[in-house]
Amino acid sequence: MSGFTRGFLGRRRSTDPRLPPGQYDAGDDWPVLTAEVTPGIRPQEWTMTVDGIVETPTTWSWDEAHTLPASEYHGDIHCVTTWSKLGTSFGGVSVDVLLDAAKPRPEATHVMASSSTGYTTNLPLDDVRGGKAWVVWTHEGRSLPTEHGGPVRLLVPHLYFWKSAKWVSRLTLMDHDEPGFWERNGYHDHGDPWTEQRYQGD
Amino acid sequence: MLLRDVPAPIGGWRTAVVAGVAHPAPDAVALRLDVADRVVHLPGQHYVVRLRADDGYVASRSYSVASAPADPQVELYVDRFPDGEVSTYLADVVEVGDSLEVRGPIGGWFVWDGTTLALAIGGGSGVVPLVSMLRHATGAGAMDLLRLAVSARSAEVLPYATELVAAGSLVAVTRDPGESVPPPARPVGRLTAADLAPLVMPGATSFVCGSARFAEAVSGLLVGLGVEPSTVRVERFGPSG
Repeated sequence: MSGFTRGFLGRRRSTDPRLPPGQYDAGDDWPVLTAEVTPGIRPQEWTMTVDGIVETPTTWSWDEAHTLPASEYHGDIHCVTTWSKLGTSFGGVSVDVLLDAAKPRPEATHVMASSSTGYTTNLPLDDVRGGKAWVVWTHEGRSLPTEHGGPVRLLVPHLYFWKSAKWVSRLTLMDHDEPGFWERNGYHDHGDPWTEQRYQGD
Repeated sequence: MLLRDVPAPIGGWRTAVVAGVAHPAPDAVALRLDVADRVVHLPGQHYVVRLRADDGYVASRSYSVASAPADPQVELYVDRFPDGEVSTYLADVVEVGDSLEVRGPIGGWFVWDGTTLALAIGGGSGVVPLVSMLRHATGAGAMDLLRLAVSARSAEVLPYATELVAAGSLVAVTRDPGESVPPPARPVGRLTAADLAPLVMPGATSFVCGSARFAEAVSGLLVGLGVEPSTVRVERFGPSG
């Protein structure tokens, strides 16, 4: 259908160049969207593992992860449900640091991120390295709230936010792509907000 | 969360013609749509509605389907938010005969095919996908598989209240018992573990839909009652304009 919608004027036109197409600025809101029961994970029980097609499968405890070089993201996040949160910040460690320790083998092309709930999401390896992805435990200077993935979530802010797995505990390197949870359930395999890769077929 | 594939239908963009506009609750609209070349949904799935201004500006939002798969039309229920650009258009401007761009069905997780035991719990407009489940179960003679509990501020603002009550749903009213419906069967207040305990069934999948706060509270009650977290499917949402 190419015509316009009768009588629709639109109120929220924004010229903010930070907003991808079809997104609106949620302002100070940060909606919670999760498909499963929120787990109660104590930081001291949490571990982060990088395994799969790597030279050195590696696991970090909470304390060990906090000894890694700190890294922050300042910028925007975009949810497939059309809200964006602009000018926010997260703190933790760059995924590059974790990958440097585990040493992906040359044939590794993709990553499956897994959470303690069983949630999974798949990503091309090149989307989580080169300063594009973090494992974070603070939001705007405070501990990451449980409902937003605390104590620790993945942060891949250049893709729709379902790729930023809450309660992340594992990155598994793979030599092929395979769909994660939402990717099996109708959502796009890659999820680039700037080209509106929302659902399968986009 | 169980990591098993749920075969659910997925539909692309379609043109829908509005066949009915109703206001089943204050600040809400239910749209009946004739969807060309429609892909039949499963209860629990949603549609995206996309509005397009004449300068090319677009806005889209997701809405749960209230109708049963066997219904020849798709019924969407929309809460009207005063500042919402999509919900106010759908509630105030749309007329029978208008065309809308829609996409669906979408979502393969919060779905029930009517063949397994299910406990469905909804708050506010979170009852909408449950109404699709209810209508499907009724049509398929499968109401023995489905138990329902719903919650709203008052019976007046509970979507599809009459239909839910008639189906035997537990109804919790949290503020105002209202006057235009039968008196509440339980004290005013939020759903409690005591409400839900008699509804829990071994082997059932629980479907919890509502605001983030509601979903958090109810899923916590279920886990507290011994329900395995991996059998609880949650759909959280916030206001979407």
